[in-house]
Amino acid sequence: MPIRTEPMTVNVGPQHPSTHGVFRLRITFDGEEILEVEPVFGYLHRGTEKLAEERNYVQVVTLTDRLDYVSSMINNQAYCLAVEQLLEVEPPDRGKYLRTIAAELQRIAAHLMGIGFFLQDLGTLGTPLMYCFRTREKILDLFEMLCGARITVSYLRPGGVFADAPEDFWPALDRFLTDLPGELSELEQLILENEIVMVRTRGVSTLPLDMAINSSVSGPVLRASGLAWDWRKAEPYDAYDRVEFDVPVAQNGDNYDRFWVRMQELHQSARIVRQCVEQIEPGPVRLDLPLVLRPEPGREAYGRVEASKGELAFYLFSDGGISPYRCKIRSPSLINLTVTEHLLVGWKLADMIVTLGSVDINMGEVDR
Amino acid sequence: MPFQALTGEALADRLAEAVPDSVERADGDCVWVEPSQIAITAQFLRDDPGLDFQFLNAISAVDFIDSFDVVYHLTSFRQQHKGVVKARLHGRESLSLPSVYEVWRGADLQEREVWDLMGIRFEGHPNMKRIMLWEGFDGHPLRKDYL
Repeated sequence: MPIRTEPMTVNVGPQHPSTHGVFRLRITFDGEEILEVEPVFGYLHRGTEKLAEERNYVQVVTLTDRLDYVSSMINNQAYCLAVEQLLEVEPPDRGKYLRTIAAELQRIAAHLMGIGFFLQDLGTLGTPLMYCFRTREKILDLFEMLCGARITVSYLRPGGVFADAPEDFWPALDRFLTDLPGELSELEQLILENEIVMVRTRGVSTLPLDMAINSSVSGPVLRASGLAWDWRKAEPYDAYDRVEFDVPVAQNGDNYDRFWVRMQELHQSARIVRQCVEQIEPGPVRLDLPLVLRPEPGREAYGRVEASKGELAFYLFSDGGISPYRCKIRSPSLINLTVTEHLLVGWKLADMIVTLGSVDINMGEVDR
Repeated sequence: MPFQALTGEALADRLAEAVPDSVERADGDCVWVEPSQIAITAQFLRDDPGLDFQFLNAISAVDFIDSFDVVYHLTSFRQQHKGVVKARLHGRESLSLPSVYEVWRGADLQEREVWDLMGIRFEGHPNMKRIMLWEGFDGHPLRKDYL
C-alpha cells in the first residue's frame, strides 16, 4: 500500500545554529525535498541607516563595525571612502597602505569564518573550523596591536587610520605571513579534495551566471559562477592599484566552487599584504581634517569596496550638516540572498544548510 | 579599457532618442527620469548594447521633505562603465513608482526595503511586503518626519 504524504511547512530559524545568526526561512517540504522557500528578514534590524543620520561623520565609523561584524575593517573602509569622496580628499600613502593591509587581513579572517562554518554545516564537527579559527585568532591579535580592539575595530577614519601601527606590529605581521602558507596548506590537504566534501557539494545548488548578474549577486558567489569581477581591480581604491593579485574564478557556480573561490582568495590576500609590507614607507597616516566634518551641501558619494561577501557600498548625501543627511548601505549579504529560492528549491534539507553556508551571509549586514 | 563613469548628459542623449519623454534633466553625475517611465527606461538601459547595464548595484531613496529621490546605481561589466539614474517623486502621500523587478531581479529585496523604510510602493513588484519590519508596523522609519 503506498504511503500517503503531504507537504509540510517548517520554520528554520530564526534561532538555529546553522542559519548564521538570526535568519529565518519558512520552508515547505515534501519529505526531505524543498518545495517552497520564503526568507524572513529583520530579526537583527537595528536601524543603522537612521542612527547614522544622528551621528557626526566620524562617529558613524563605529556603526559600520556592527554591520558585517566579522569584517569590520572592510566596512570601515567602504564608509571612509564614501566620506572622502564627499570631501574630495585622499588619505596619505602610509594611511592607504595600512588600510589595505588591515582590509586584506580582515578578508582572510572573514573568509576563514565563512569556510570554517561552511565545513561545519557539512558535518565536519569542529576540526576544520578550529584550523580556521587558529589562523583567524592570530589576525585578531594583530588587530589588537593596531587599534586595541579585535572585532569592532573602528581603526579607519575618514582621511586615513587613527594611529600608526606600533613597532612590534611589523615583526608580528611578518611571523604571521611566514606561518600562513603552512597553515593554509594543512587545511587544504585536509579538506580541498576530500571525497565527502566533493560528493556533498559538487553540482549542488548551482547558480547560472546570467541569473547571478541579473539578481545583483556579487563577490565570491558571482566569481564562482564564472565572472572574474572584483571592484579592487575595476575601481582600485587605497593601495590596490599598486599591488598585483589575481581574481580567482570558477565556472560551475555550485557549493564547491563558492567554497573553492574563497580558499583561493586567502592566498591572494596574503600576497597583497606582503607587497604592501614591502612598499610601505614612513610618513603621516591621517589627513589633518577637522574633528567635525561638514561636506558641501548637495554633494553625494557612492563609496564602494569589494568586501568579503561582495560589493559593499555606502551612498551618502550631504546637506552641509555635521551628520550624513542620508546614509544608505548597499549590503552584499542581503542582495546575495535574492537568489535564495532558486538555490534551495528542489534540494534536500541537508543541502539547504550547506548552501546557506556556501553563500556566506552575515545577519548583521543583512538586517542592518 | 579602464572602468569609467558615464555622465548624466551622455545617458540623457541616448535615452532621449530611444525612450521619448523619459528624460527630465541631466547633469555631470546623473540623469533624472520621469518616474512613470522608469521601468521602460530600465529595460532600454539593460538591453541597449552600447549601454548594456546588466547589473543593478543599488536602489536607494532619499527623503527631501517635499519630494523623494529614488536612485539607481548601474554597472555594465562588458562595457566597463557605470551610471546613475534618478527619479524624483513629489509629495509625501501614496507615492509609487513602476517596479524594475522584471528587468533586474536584483531589485526584489531592495524595492521591498525602500517600501518598508521610506514608504514608496513599487507597482508591478510581485511581493510588495515589508522586509525589515513586520506587517502592521506604523510608519516608515527612514522618513525625516519619523522620530
